[in-house]
Amino acid sequence: MTNIQRDKIDIPVTSFEEVILARQLVRELMERLGFSLLAQTRIVTAVSELARNMVVHAKDGRLTATKVTQGARVGVNCIFQDSGPGIEDIDQAMREGYSTTKSLGLGLGGAKKLCGEFNITSSMGKGTKIDITEWVK
Amino acid sequence: MSDIAIIKIGNKIIVPIQNELNDIIAEKLQASILKTIESVGAKGLIIDVSTLSIIDSFMGRLLVDTAKMAQLMGCETALTGMRKEVVLTLVQLGLIISDINTSLNIEDGIELLDRIIRGRND
Repeated sequence: MTNIQRDKIDIPVTSFEEVILARQLVRELMERLGFSLLAQTRIVTAVSELARNMVVHAKDGRLTATKVTQGARVGVNCIFQDSGPGIEDIDQAMREGYSTTKSLGLGLGGAKKLCGEFNITSSMGKGTKIDITEWVK
Repeated sequence: MSDIAIIKIGNKIIVPIQNELNDIIAEKLQASILKTIESVGAKGLIIDVSTLSIIDSFMGRLLVDTAKMAQLMGCETALTGMRKEVVLTLVQLGLIISDINTSLNIEDGIELLDRIIRGRND
């Protein structure tokens, strides 16, 4: 199911077309929240990497992006969740140049470098959840 | 889609990439660029990315690979119009687009390629 509201996006990411949609929707949300063009570019690039990972490695990825607040701070939180095969060795997967597919292997580690807050949990056979948050500066 | 223009001017071809190509379409574009280089015997290739709001690791690799392949076919590439936010993000991502000629815009790209092509012929 696809749910797109002003401050919340909840969409399936199972095709390369939906990766593009995810990028567009997160950019629009960040624009509304007052993020700079550079912050939008950084986070949307990370979204592209993480959304693509779900398409390549899992069949049922979902992205939930929401406005978050902490006192006067405003930010965006994106959760990428799938029930794919899971990642056996997260440390290895995060390392630069590591890739099980033909990509550059910058996906996971690269995405982490682009985000303010980055959390990953994964269990074999159950799936992977990546949670990123960026605050408006 | 396949409707992305590949424009031939003299001994060069110019490809203005449109925004938001998905991975499959991007790979198809790479194939049709190489096909066009072959069929027209292009000596120079300009890929203009000024409308791209992001370049992620997939697109970055595709662009670098395309330039390498073009070079093997005797065609030099200039990547033009990268936005400053995109450049900053690529550096932060750890993807340094090296081994590829870059210019601020298409006009500069044409001049650069002319110099390179002339240098090869000397």
